[in-house]
Amino acid sequence: MTAKIQAQRDLVAIRKLIAEHQRWDAIFALIGLACLMIGVLTFLALFIEMAVNGLPRLSYEFFTNFPSRRAASAGILSAWVGSTLVMVVTAVVAVPLGVAAGVYLEEYAAKNWVTDVIEINITNLAGVPSIVYGLLALGLFVYQFGLGQSILSAGLTLALLILPVVIVATREAVRAIPQSIREGAYALGATQWQTVSDHILPYSLAGILTGMIIGLARAIGETAPIITIGALTFIAFLPPAPVTAEPPFLNFEWLTSPFTVMPIQMFNWTSRPEAAFQANAAAAGFVLVIMTLAMNGLAIWLRYRLRKNIKW
Amino acid sequence: MGFLCHNDAHLSITAIASGVNVSAMSPIPQVARLSGRRLRIVRERLIESVLMLAALVAVFTTLAIVYILVKESVVFFRQVPLWTFLTDTQWTPLFDDAHFGIMVLISGTLTSSAVALAIAIPLGTVIAIYLSEFAPFTVREVAKPFLEMLGGVPTIVYGYFALLFVTPLLQKVLPGLPGFNLLAAGIVMGIMIVPYIASISEDAMRAVPMSMREGSYAMGATRYQTATRVVVPAAFSGLASAYILGISRAVGETMILAVAAGMQPNLTFNPLEPAATVTAYIVQVALGDLPHGSIGYQTIFAAGLTLLLFTLACNIAGHMLRRRFREAY
Repeated sequence: MTAKIQAQRDLVAIRKLIAEHQRWDAIFALIGLACLMIGVLTFLALFIEMAVNGLPRLSYEFFTNFPSRRAASAGILSAWVGSTLVMVVTAVVAVPLGVAAGVYLEEYAAKNWVTDVIEINITNLAGVPSIVYGLLALGLFVYQFGLGQSILSAGLTLALLILPVVIVATREAVRAIPQSIREGAYALGATQWQTVSDHILPYSLAGILTGMIIGLARAIGETAPIITIGALTFIAFLPPAPVTAEPPFLNFEWLTSPFTVMPIQMFNWTSRPEAAFQANAAAAGFVLVIMTLAMNGLAIWLRYRLRKNIKW
Repeated sequence: MGFLCHNDAHLSITAIASGVNVSAMSPIPQVARLSGRRLRIVRERLIESVLMLAALVAVFTTLAIVYILVKESVVFFRQVPLWTFLTDTQWTPLFDDAHFGIMVLISGTLTSSAVALAIAIPLGTVIAIYLSEFAPFTVREVAKPFLEMLGGVPTIVYGYFALLFVTPLLQKVLPGLPGFNLLAAGIVMGIMIVPYIASISEDAMRAVPMSMREGSYAMGATRYQTATRVVVPAAFSGLASAYILGISRAVGETMILAVAAGMQPNLTFNPLEPAATVTAYIVQVALGDLPHGSIGYQTIFAAGLTLLLFTLACNIAGHMLRRRFREAY
C-alpha cells in the first residue's frame, strides 16, 4: 500500500519536475527572443530617430550646397563628392590587391612558413583598430611619402583597412569551387594562370563582388582613420574634376586635393551644440545609413542568390 | 551556353599558345615549340611572383604599422620615461606643465569597455544560444541579416545616437548625468558589438556535433538544459574567443567615444562621468593643428602603440582559442 502511494508521489514529483523544466525552456525561448528584439528595436530606434530629425532637412539643395556657417543653407556637396572619390581610390587599390592575394593563398601558395606568416598577418590586420591605420597613414603616407592630407592618402588608408575583408571573401569564393573544375582545365593543357583567369576568377566573381561591397560599405562609414590623417572638416570647394573637355581628358589633380567625407561632415555637425546643426547631422547620418544599408543589403542578397543558384 | 562557347574558344587559344597538342595540326618547328614552352614557364613564374607580392602587402602593412608606431614612440620615450608614462596620474601633454600618464586615458577605455561588454556579452551569448538552439528556421533567416546590418552601421552614426538619443533618455532616469558620459557611449558600443559576439558564438555552437545534442535529448533533457549543459560547455573555447575579440573591438572603438564620452582626460572608473579614452585622445589631437615632430604629435603614436599592443594580445588569444574549438570536433 505504502509502495503504491510512494509511486504515486514519485509520479507527481516527476511530472512537476518535467513541467518546471519545460517552463524554463519556454522562459528561455522568450528571453532569447527578447534579446534579439533589443537588437532589432535599437536599430529601428536609431533609424527612426534619424529619419524624424533629418528628413525635413533632406532636399535637393542639401546635396548641392557646400557646408556653411548657417545651418539652414548647409549641405553635403563636398562631403559626398569626397566620399565618392575616396571610394574610387580605395576600390581601385584594394580590389586587385585583395583578389590577387586571395587567389595566391588559395591556388599558388605552398604550405610553408611564408604562407603561415602571411595568413597570421591577415588575421591580425583584420583585428587592428581602424584608428591605428590612421596613425600608419599619418606617419607613412602623409609625412614619409609626402602625399599630404589628400584624397590619395585617404583612399590608400581605407584600402589597407578593407584589404583583409576582400582577401577573406576571395579565398572563400575560390575555395568553394570544386577541384574537378581545376582538374578539367589542367587535363586540357591549361597552365595554372589560364586555369585561374578563365575558370577560377569568373566562377568566384559573385563571391568576390560580395566581399568588395561589404568592404566598401565599411570603408565609406569609417571616420577615425580619416580624421587621424588630418582631413579638414570644413571644405567649401570641390576637387578638380577628374574628366576634362580638352585632351588628355583625364585629370589626376583631384588625387592630391584636400577633401572631406560624409562621416567627417556628420561628426563636425554632431559635435556642434546648436540643434539646427544636429538636424543636419541627422540628415547626413540618414544618407550614410541608407548608403551602407543598401550596400550591405546588396551583398547579403548576392550571397543568398549565390547559395541558391550554384549547383556544381 | 555562353560558358560552353567561351570554353571552346579558350581551348583553341590554349592549344596555340602552349604548343602542346599542336604538332598534329600545324607545322610549328620543334625549336619554336620549346622556346614557346620556356616563355610560358617564365610567364607563369612572373604571374605567380606578382600574386605573391600582393599577398605580401599584408606583411608589409603590419611591418609598416609597427615601424611607424615604434619610430615615433621611441622619440617620445626618450623624453618621457616609460615608468612615468605608466604611473603618472595626470594626462596634460599640451599644457606648459606637461604630464604623460597614460593610465588616465586607459581608465576611460577600460570603463567604457566594461560597460559595453556588460551589455554585449550577455546579449550576444543569449542571442547566439537562441539562434543556434531555439529559433525556427524562418526567424533565423530573418534575424541574421538584420544583425549583420546592425553591425554594418557606421560608428559615427552610433556616436550620434549615443549623444542625442541614449544620453537624453538616460538623463530621465539619472537626472545628474552630464551630457558627455561613458555610460551612454558604453551602452551603444555594447549594442554595436552584439552582432559580432553573437555571430562568432553561434559559429562555435554550430560546430558542436549534432550527436551530442541528440544524446542529451535522448536522456529527456529540454532544449534549455541541452543548451546550457551540453552545447555551451562544448563550445566554451569558441565563446571565450568571441568575448576576447569583443574586448578588442571595444578597446579600439573610436568615434562613439569621441562623440558621446567627451574628450576631457579624467582618471575615473565611474561610468557616469565624462572621460577621454586612448582612441578619443588621438582623434582630439588629430582634429587640432599640431606641428609634425612636436611632443604632442608623438604622444598619439605612443597612445596608438599602447592600443595596438593591447588589441594584438587580445586578438592572438582569441584566435588561438578559436582554432582550438575548430580542431576539437
